[in-house]
Amino acid sequence: MTPISRGFRGRRPSTDAESRLPPGQYETRDFPVLSAGPTPRTSLDTWDFTLRSATNQSARWTWTEFLALPRQTITTDIHCVTKWSKFGTAWEGISIDTLLEAATPRGVQPSPYVLARCDGGYTTNVPLADLMGGKAWIAFSYDGAPLPPEHGGPARLRVPHLYFWKSAKWVRELRMMEHDAPGFWESLGYHNYGDPWREQRYSGDE
Amino acid sequence: MTSEPLAAALRIAWRLATVVESISETKRARTIVFDVPGWPGHRAGQHVDVRLTAEDGYQSERSYSIASAPEESHLALTIERLEDGEVSPYLADELRAGDQIELRGPIGGYFVWDISLEGPLFLVAGGSGIVPLMAMLRHRAAALARGGMQAMHRVPARLLYSSRSWDEVIYRDELASLAKKDTTLEVTHTLTREAPENWSGFRRRIDRMMLAEVVWPASERPQIFVCGPTPLVESAAAALVDLGHQPALVKTERFGPTGGSV
Repeated sequence: MTPISRGFRGRRPSTDAESRLPPGQYETRDFPVLSAGPTPRTSLDTWDFTLRSATNQSARWTWTEFLALPRQTITTDIHCVTKWSKFGTAWEGISIDTLLEAATPRGVQPSPYVLARCDGGYTTNVPLADLMGGKAWIAFSYDGAPLPPEHGGPARLRVPHLYFWKSAKWVRELRMMEHDAPGFWESLGYHNYGDPWREQRYSGDE
Repeated sequence: MTSEPLAAALRIAWRLATVVESISETKRARTIVFDVPGWPGHRAGQHVDVRLTAEDGYQSERSYSIASAPEESHLALTIERLEDGEVSPYLADELRAGDQIELRGPIGGYFVWDISLEGPLFLVAGGSGIVPLMAMLRHRAAALARGGMQAMHRVPARLLYSSRSWDEVIYRDELASLAKKDTTLEVTHTLTREAPENWSGFRRRIDRMMLAEVVWPASERPQIFVCGPTPLVESAAAALVDLGHQPALVKTERFGPTGGSV
């Protein structure tokens, strides 16, 4: 039985915020920074981005080439597994659809699962279907300015419909896989898929 | 779509926790000691999710680091009261012995240390960021008490701890007594706002020069844990990498309100 905390009122979200908040989340106006280690610093001269097939075919873009791809501006909510949500964040980036379109003629065939690989060694896994159809971007700008390093700059994956740890900071490669394989937090007790609306925080959550 | 589960895992269940006592640590921090029947045990550095339920069923959840060592029979959380917080003022000010709340855990498998990982162990704390690091020091002390002097020399530890003032140093007496009993533990404080009159220690925010003075050389490959407000963690972690420490040996955790200065 759930115990009632006498005298606990809590801070009720507004009706609008309530409908935008997944279970167990609260709204913050800050932009907290969470990382497991030091912030990597990669020079834009050596930065590149690679889309790699399960058979090791790849398409690669330098920073300049990457910025020349058609961009999109998106405004989305952030839901972090540590409970905070931030509404209406504005990002600019290249959609994964655009990258796949450009990579297919170079022999990069799709596979059902994707592992994002990042500077600093971070990884996270996402089904390819969750990255296609206007659902995910490689974002390089936040709130009209270059994405700061502590928030994942020069570029981070942005998958707004999953918990924020799936939006991998400092991303350098998306590698397709025939079989799913857990990434960094997914190997350390966090949920494999991470849908905030089903409160899939930890391994074992339904 | 949902991917198939990679391995069958048990759900981390919500458990009923009963307050055993609430201890004042500083003006802003209190330790709440819980009895948690069925607690599966934890590793030093892990945290729990806490859930409060109001009379009309409204619920609010937050995460808090575990302060107690795995060896202790009760689970202790140290809560810093955030002035505009939704949950921390209730936990810190209202909870009394016998009250019950829900919690689940332990959570987190990266920012953890145990005695089998040996050392040297270098800890950097800002404000209430000391909490998960204190669990490590308490675990280390408990393990060394069992293992004797021989074990001690394999796990030297140093803590660099930044607080606003001497009165805001959480666990101040316990840290002093741990360091007094154990010559392989060195505790260094820095005070950023106010210091006692005869204070001869550091009096500024943690910076590269201070870290260089206190940390082991990179060649000793210390295991490093940094926990505090974002600006402190960002700058300390960057400085440690600059001093030659491998990024993979520098584990970080952000703590408390964003943008805080300690």
